[in-house]
Amino acid sequence: MSSMTQKEALTAYATQIADSSLFMGHRMSEWVFKAPTLETEIALMNCALDLIGQSRSFYTYAGEAEGKGRSEDDIAYLRGQTEYRNPLISELPRGDWGYTIVKSYYYSVFAKLFFKALTLSSDKQLAAIAERSLKEVTYHVRYTGEWLLRLGDGTQESKKRTQKSVDELWDYVGEMFIMSEAETQLLQDNISTDIAALRGAWDQEVEALLQQATLDVPTGTWTHEGGKTGKMHTEHFEYILAEHQYLQNRYSGCEW
Amino acid sequence: MSEKNWPLYEVFLRSRAGLDHKHAGSVHALDAETALEAARDLYTRRQEGISIWVVKSNHVHASDPVDNPSLFEPADDKIYRHPTFYDIPDEVGKM
Repeated sequence: MSSMTQKEALTAYATQIADSSLFMGHRMSEWVFKAPTLETEIALMNCALDLIGQSRSFYTYAGEAEGKGRSEDDIAYLRGQTEYRNPLISELPRGDWGYTIVKSYYYSVFAKLFFKALTLSSDKQLAAIAERSLKEVTYHVRYTGEWLLRLGDGTQESKKRTQKSVDELWDYVGEMFIMSEAETQLLQDNISTDIAALRGAWDQEVEALLQQATLDVPTGTWTHEGGKTGKMHTEHFEYILAEHQYLQNRYSGCEW
Repeated sequence: MSEKNWPLYEVFLRSRAGLDHKHAGSVHALDAETALEAARDLYTRRQEGISIWVVKSNHVHASDPVDNPSLFEPADDKIYRHPTFYDIPDEVGKM
């Protein structure tokens, strides 16, 4: 069925995980100098650095798995739009504070379940990176979850705006649980994990918190998709990519 | 929801090797739970602590510097209160 070799599948798999973390982190880093308070700014910067750190580990491993000498930077910066395989939720604009909190909460609960499952991977390196990442995203769930409670059960204004984000972003949740080609192929050897099976646990955890935050739980099952296949990124993606790749395009091969 | 309305919390950290919590600074936060998180985010980024206490600043009652002469200066000439004048038996161990 698949045209990918095992090596290609592993490279693609590590790359898609890295892409998700990278753009989540990138969007979060856009809060520098713009967060509501010093405390919230440094909190989001910590999270952003966690996410970008995760992406570095997975890109480096993708390069090793591929065996063609590509570095983390080569893979992170030197690809075309359709070659990035992050779910769309990670590239959406940061929006207002509530939007960022909801987006990050949805993603972090997924990431927590995903990394937990990935610690059982037969691939020792993936399992090791997952174990470290799991600790980080567990805190992201806690931090964003606490905020979600306070925004939902806060003022009328905060509740209204947060509910709007809860509803809008719900339509991006489903894609996180769709298996990519590489993911499906690597499942046979227990290298990847069955993310489709994680949706029930996600629903349970998120619904409980939304209810506690006195917010309505959306019921829709339709989802935007196209990020994980690379075929249909959002209209925002070209802009984030232009910014992301600017230095490498302007000063090819530059390093920090 | 401006920070002006957020109460101030004092942050105390116990370091990995430390036996007691030491004052590290303060944060503005909505409540105790978010104060703990803000303290974690601001003051433990470089492995400074393995335990955090936060206390609402207005729960701290402080002595008035005006009272310093009567509070602290009487101890100045009571050097005999220091244990350096006593031999501590070995069995007591570290004090």
